[in-house]
Amino acid sequence: MIKIHTPFNDEILCKLKPFDKVLITGYMYIARDQAHKRMYMEGIPFDAAGQCIYHCGPSEAKNNEVIGSAGPTSSYRMNEYMPYMFENGIRAFIGKGKVSDAVVESIKQNRCVYFGAIGGLGAKLSKCIKKQRIIAYESLGTEALREIYVENFPAVVIINCEGESIYERDG
Amino acid sequence: MTRKINSDIIIDSVARACIEAACILDKQAYNAIESSLLNEDNETAKYVLSELLDNADIAERDCIPLCQDTGMVISFVEMGIKVQLEEPVEDLINKGIKKGYEEGVLRKSVVKDPFERINTKDNTPAIVYIKQTEGDKLKINLMLKGFGSENMSFVKMLNPSLSQNEVVDIISDEICNRSYNACPPLFIGIGIAGTMDYACVLSKKALLRPLNESNINPVYSDMEERILDKLNKSNIGPAGYDGKTTALSVAILAYPTHIAGLPVAVTIQCHALRHREIIL
Repeated sequence: MIKIHTPFNDEILCKLKPFDKVLITGYMYIARDQAHKRMYMEGIPFDAAGQCIYHCGPSEAKNNEVIGSAGPTSSYRMNEYMPYMFENGIRAFIGKGKVSDAVVESIKQNRCVYFGAIGGLGAKLSKCIKKQRIIAYESLGTEALREIYVENFPAVVIINCEGESIYERDG
Repeated sequence: MTRKINSDIIIDSVARACIEAACILDKQAYNAIESSLLNEDNETAKYVLSELLDNADIAERDCIPLCQDTGMVISFVEMGIKVQLEEPVEDLINKGIKKGYEEGVLRKSVVKDPFERINTKDNTPAIVYIKQTEGDKLKINLMLKGFGSENMSFVKMLNPSLSQNEVVDIISDEICNRSYNACPPLFIGIGIAGTMDYACVLSKKALLRPLNESNINPVYSDMEERILDKLNKSNIGPAGYDGKTTALSVAILAYPTHIAGLPVAVTIQCHALRHREIIL
């Protein structure tokens, strides 16, 4: 397990290889379909430099917990918006599944990383989230844009800065 | 003689079943993941499978959803002809879902209109299929269907002259192409024949079958085995990170059809198998 901290830079990201397991600590941003669409149309409402987006739509927090179940959602639905995010400072995202060739190309061009979280690991991953607050689009409910602070959030490198992917065997 | 069942009993049972299904992984699914762990030698695959078991343990211990996507609810109802209710069963199921999703703090994922996309805020309406049966029992099966895997499900209107082998190949290849986004290891439900819509219903219903059973017709149980084998030789593996465990089970339901048709529907279900059966 490689321990890394947000915000990210070349030194942290560019040594990572597909299948590397990482534990991420630091602030990151939860967004899914509608929040991406809004950021794409209206601009990113936080300092995006070196930041990481987590593709997720958490369930509500129970009692005194920080957040509800919070695993990854399928990243391909955000294909259209990811190049814009990378061009505006975002250096990584966490999600699941395959993404389009255009996203892979943009990852490579902007030296970003796609981290995979295990789909369906919502209960366990929620325990890594120590703080959360909605920073925009509150009316979207679970789809609102959230800033979170995570400690040792486990992820696997799916695509690295060079555009090398765990899926490459498929051609 | 009719047998009256009070609305409150049905509403409360549905509410409880929704919470339990969302937070406690089906025991058969848990055992299937546990056994597949013994069969894997890939380090990443073992890591993913043990994380899934750990996640299920945490969810059950803290009563939080296994996955944040607690689904849209599909319900298969079998209602005895002697059962008498105070309200239509579909309304009672929806009231139970509203109560369960509220009390269990489960994510409300249903929007009222596909384009306006305003959340109904109580996870209703459910998709309800009602069948009348002999007797005086009311059986309600609930499936909390997550959409990561639902989005990867499909239906094909195949040529009726295709052989079983060809159908096995077509289905297996298509599932492989779609499985990366569907949170493997998967449970596969397949509906063969009937009409386009009915094949889809059968593909959902097939997922209700206990995991230790096969189709009683050897033609279909053979197809089930061969599809499972092909999926597990694809090296897609748990979470799509390589390995032998792409699917944990394949269940087929077949039905009569038209001379011109061979509809085949496949419902892809992620590893979080969330079903509950209520018998009243």
